[in-house]
Amino acid sequence: MRSLFLLIPLLPLIGFIVNISWGKSLSKSLSGWIGKLTVLASFLLVLWGWNQVSSSDHSLLFTYFKWIETSKFTINFGFQIDNLTFLMMSIITGIGFLIHIYSAGYMEHDEGFHRFFAYLNLFIFFMLLLVMGSNLLITFIGWEGVGLCSYLLIGFWFKDHENNDAAKKAFIMNRIGDLGFLIGIFLCIFHYHTIEYIGLNDLAKTLPIGSAIVTWVTLALFVGATGKSAQIPLYTWLPDAMAGPTPVSALIHAATMVTAGIYLITRLNGLFLAAPMTMDIILSVGVCTALVAAIIATRQNDIKKVLAYSTVSQLGFMFAALGAGAFVTGMFHLTTHAFFKALLFLGSGSVIHAMGGEQDIRKMGGLKPYLKWTHLTFLIGTLAITGVPPLAGFFSKDEVLANVYSKSVWMFVFLAITSVLTAFYMFRLYFLTFYGKFRGTEEEKHHLHESPVSMTLPLIILALLSAFGGFLGMPELFHAPHIFNNLLGGIVNISESHASHVFELSLISGSIILLSIIIYLTYNYFISKSNVPGYREKGFWTRAISNKFYIDEAYDSLFVTPLLKFSKWFYRVIDRKITDGFINQLGLTALLSGQSFRKIQNGRTGFYIFAMVIGMILILCLNIYNR
Amino acid sequence: MISLSLVLLLIPLIFSVISGFLPGVSSRVSAMCGALLNLLVSIYIFTQFKTSSDYQFSFLSDWIPSIGAKFHIGIDGINLLLILLTNLLIPVIIFTVKTDETNRPGLFYALIMFMQAALLGVFLSLDVLLYYLFWELALIPIYIIILLWSGQGGYKTVVKFFIYTLAGSLFMFASILYVYLKAPGGNFSLDNFYNNHLSQPEQIWIFLGFFLAYAIKIPIIPFHTWQPDTYTQAPTPGTMLLSGIMLKMGTFSLLRWLLPIAPLAISTLNPYIMALCVGGVVYGSVIALMQKNLKTLLAYSSLAHVGLISAGVFALNADGFNGALLQMFNHGVIIVGLFFIVDIIHNKTNTYFISEMGGFRNNAPTMAFLFLIILLASVAMPLTNGFIGEFLLLNGIFQYNVAASIIGSSTVILGAAYMLKMYQRTMLGADYSYSKTITDLNFGEKVFLFPLIAIILVIGLFPSILLDPIKPSVENLLNIIKIVK
Repeated sequence: MRSLFLLIPLLPLIGFIVNISWGKSLSKSLSGWIGKLTVLASFLLVLWGWNQVSSSDHSLLFTYFKWIETSKFTINFGFQIDNLTFLMMSIITGIGFLIHIYSAGYMEHDEGFHRFFAYLNLFIFFMLLLVMGSNLLITFIGWEGVGLCSYLLIGFWFKDHENNDAAKKAFIMNRIGDLGFLIGIFLCIFHYHTIEYIGLNDLAKTLPIGSAIVTWVTLALFVGATGKSAQIPLYTWLPDAMAGPTPVSALIHAATMVTAGIYLITRLNGLFLAAPMTMDIILSVGVCTALVAAIIATRQNDIKKVLAYSTVSQLGFMFAALGAGAFVTGMFHLTTHAFFKALLFLGSGSVIHAMGGEQDIRKMGGLKPYLKWTHLTFLIGTLAITGVPPLAGFFSKDEVLANVYSKSVWMFVFLAITSVLTAFYMFRLYFLTFYGKFRGTEEEKHHLHESPVSMTLPLIILALLSAFGGFLGMPELFHAPHIFNNLLGGIVNISESHASHVFELSLISGSIILLSIIIYLTYNYFISKSNVPGYREKGFWTRAISNKFYIDEAYDSLFVTPLLKFSKWFYRVIDRKITDGFINQLGLTALLSGQSFRKIQNGRTGFYIFAMVIGMILILCLNIYNR
Repeated sequence: MISLSLVLLLIPLIFSVISGFLPGVSSRVSAMCGALLNLLVSIYIFTQFKTSSDYQFSFLSDWIPSIGAKFHIGIDGINLLLILLTNLLIPVIIFTVKTDETNRPGLFYALIMFMQAALLGVFLSLDVLLYYLFWELALIPIYIIILLWSGQGGYKTVVKFFIYTLAGSLFMFASILYVYLKAPGGNFSLDNFYNNHLSQPEQIWIFLGFFLAYAIKIPIIPFHTWQPDTYTQAPTPGTMLLSGIMLKMGTFSLLRWLLPIAPLAISTLNPYIMALCVGGVVYGSVIALMQKNLKTLLAYSSLAHVGLISAGVFALNADGFNGALLQMFNHGVIIVGLFFIVDIIHNKTNTYFISEMGGFRNNAPTMAFLFLIILLASVAMPLTNGFIGEFLLLNGIFQYNVAASIIGSSTVILGAAYMLKMYQRTMLGADYSYSKTITDLNFGEKVFLFPLIAIILVIGLFPSILLDPIKPSVENLLNIIKIVK
C-alpha cells in the first residue's frame, strides 16, 4: 500500500525522465505512449486505491523519509490520503490522461513532441505531490513545481518572445503568491509548531475564533491561493498564459493547477473556519473576481481569451463558496468545472486546429457543419457552464448561489448577475463560432476539417461527464443522495445552512427563465441580426472592457516600469557614484596625502637634523607637561 | 598515522609545485590529478566523520613557541561542508582553464593549487595566528591570477580589490593582537580566544575589527563595490574561485571566530548588521534586474545570496546557522555551475553581453536545460538544494525578526525576475547573432556539469546527508555564545 501510493506520482516522473533524456531518439508514437501510459497507470492505481480504502472515513498517513529537520520539529516527506485526495488525484490523472490522448493528436506535427509529453508528465507528478502531501511544505513542492511546468508549457514555443514573456509573467506573479504561502508556513512553524494538515486542523479547534495569528496565517495562505488560482489582484497572468498550446490551457490553466488554491483552503478548512475575517475576505475577493472577469469576457474576441476569463470567473465562484463556508460545494464546483472547462478548451483547440491556428472568433462562424463532434460537445460544454438543467454546472452553480445567499444577499446578487453574464458571453462565443456565415479566408475554408479520433474521443468522454457529473450533488429538494457530501463529509466541514425548499425552487425556476431569455437575446443579436463585434470599440465603457480595464497597463506603469527605472538609477547613482565613489575617494585621499608627505623625504641631511631637534624638544615638552 | 587534515593541506601544495614546473598540458593533468586526489580524500573524510562536535582528524604541533602559536588544524561540523565544497569545486575550476590560450599555464595551475591549500588552511585552522596567515596567503594567488590573466582594465580593478581586502584584514589583525595580549591564556589557541574575559565595550571594538574584514570579503553592503568589477574582470576560473569558495572564508569566519570571540557585542550591534544583511538582499536583487553583462549580473545576484546567508548567521539560532552552513555549500555549487555555463557561452561567442545573446537553446538544448536546473536551484525551487538552504535561512531569520525575514524573502520574487529575464534573453527566442556558433555540450563539459546537477537534486531531496553531521557542532556553537551571555 505504502509503496503503491508512492508509485502514483513516481510513474509520471519516470515518464518525464525517459522522454526528456531519450525522447529525441524515440519515435513520436512511442514517446507519446510513454507519456500516456504512465498517467493511465497512475489513474488506475488511484481508482484501485480508492476502492480499497473507500470504507474508512479517516485519513491514511504514510511517511517515507525525513526531509528537513528544523530546530523545532522534523518535516517528513509524507502523504495524507483520504477522499479529498482521491477526488483530486482522480481528476488530475483522469482528465490528465484524456488530455494526453488529445495532445497526441493536437501536437502531432510539432517538432517538440517528446518535450511536450515530458513536461505534461512532470506537471502530473508535481500536481499529484501537491494534493497528496501530508503537510504544507510537501504541498509547496508541488505548488512551485506546477508553477514551473506552467512556465515551461506557456513558453513551449520558445522562439517567440511573446510566449516567453507570458511564461515569465505567470511565473513571477505566481511567485508573489508563493511568498505569501511561504510566510504562512513560517507563521505556522513559529506559532503552531506544526505544518501537518491534520495537526493544524485539530489545533484550530482549540484556538480562539478570529485570533490575530490565525487570521494572519490564513491570509498569508490565501495570498498564495490568489496567485495560483488567479484571483484579484494576481489574476492577470492567466489570460496571457493562453500563449501555450491549447491542451496545456485545458489541463493546467482550467482543470487542475488553477484549482490548487481551492484545494489548499478546503484541506485546511478547520483553520480557515477559525478566521471569520479571512473567510469574509475570501468571499468578497471571489465574488469580485467572478464579476470582473465575467464583464471582461463579454468583450473578448479571442476564443481562448474568453475561456480564460471565464475560468477566472468560475474560480471566483469556487472561492465565493469557500468564503461562505461551503467547502464541499467549492469542491463540487471544482469537479464539474474541471469537466466542462477542459471540454470547452479542448473543443476550442479542435476549432483552432481546423482553422489552421486562427483564434479570432470574428473570423470564424458557420463551423457547425464542418465540425460535427466538436460542435455537439462544445454545445454541451456551453450549456453545462451556463447552468442549464440538468447538466453539471446547473447543480454546482446553484449550490454555490444558495450558500452565498445564506451568507450575504448582496454577494448573492453580484453572483447572480455574473451567472447571467456567463450565459451571455458563452453563447456569444458559441454562436459566433458555429453559427452564421463563415468569415475567414477561402483558404481557411478549404482547410476546415473535423479533428482525428484521438481528439474527438476525449471530447465525447468529457461531454458525457459534463452532462451527467451534476448528479453527484443533487440538492435536497430532489431527495437524491448528495454523493459529494457523503464523500467529503468526514474530512470537510459541511455548511449547516441549508436553503429552504421554496428558495431553491425559485432559484431554479428563476435561473431557467433568465437563461432562456439571455440565450434568445444573444441568438437574436448575433445570428438573426448577424452582428459581428467590430475591431474598433466605441464608447468609454466598451473600450475599457475590451481593454480589460487597463489592469495590465496599470500594473506595468505602477510596478514594473518604476522598478526597472529604479534599478537603473540605483545602480548608476547609489551603487557606482555614491558607495563606490566614496571608497575610491578614500583611496585617492590616501594617495594624495602620500604625495604631500613625500615632500618631507627630500634627502637633505640638514632638514633631517632640524626635524630631529624639533622632535626632541616636543618630547621634552610633553614629558614636562605630563609631570 | 598521519592526520588526514594535514594530508588535505599537503596534496595541493605538492601538486602546486609540480604543476608549476611542468609545461602546458602536463601541468593541467598534474593539477587535475592533485585536485581529484584531494577530492577523494575529503570524500573519505566525510564518510568517516563522526557526528559530534569534537575536532576530528586533527593535527597539533609547535609552530612558534615563543609567542604561543601552534600549528593546530582539525575538522568539525562548522568547516566540514566547506572543505568538501572546496575540494569539489577545484577540479571544476581547473577544467575551465584554457591551457592552449593561456600564457604560462603551469603558473596558472600552480596558483590554483596553492590557492586551494590556502583556502583549506583558512577553514582547517584552529589557531588564530595560523588562520590569519592562511587568510592573507589566500589573497596572493588570486591577486596574481587576476593581474596576469584578466582583460583590459584589469590592473586598476585588482589593485583596488587587493588594497580593499588587505585594509580590512589589518583591522582584523589589530583585533587579534588585542585579544592575544589581553586574554588570560597568552597564546593564539582557539580556546583562549573563545574564553577571553573581555568586557563588553572591548568586545564591541574587537567585533567591529573582525567584522570589517569579513564584511569586505563576503561582501556585505556597503563594503561590496570591489566585487562586481573584480568578478567581471577576472578570468572565469578566478571568478569561480572568488565567488564559489573565497567569499565563504568570510561567512565561515563569522561562525568560527567572530561570534564566539565577541559574543557580548552581539546584542548591541546585531540589529544594524541584520539590517545591512537583508538590505543587501534587496540591494543586490534590484541592481541585478537591469544588468547587461552576464558576469556582473551574477555578481550582484551573489551579493543578494550571501546577504541572506549572513543574515542567517546573525539570526543566532540553529535554523539560521544550519541554513547558513548548508547554503554556503549550495551557493558554491550553484554559482560555479552558473559561471561554468557562462564560460562555455563565452568560449563560443567571445562576449558576456546579454544584448548580443539569444536563441542558444535552438542549437544547444542540453546546455539550456542544465542551465535551467542550476538557475532554478539559484532561485530556490523546491527539490533543489537552494530551496532547503533558503527555507532554513528564512525560517531562522523569521524566528529572529519577522520584518527582516519578509524583506529577505523578497529574493523569492526578485530572484525569479532577474534570473528568468536573463534566461529568456540568452537561451530562448529565435536564432540571433551568435546563436548559430553555439554547439551543445561536449563530453568533457558534461562530465563536470552532471555531478554538480546531481548534487543540486540529491541535496534537494535528502538534505540530511549534509545537515546531520553538522548539527552537534552548531548546537555546541550556540551554547558557547549563550554561556558567555
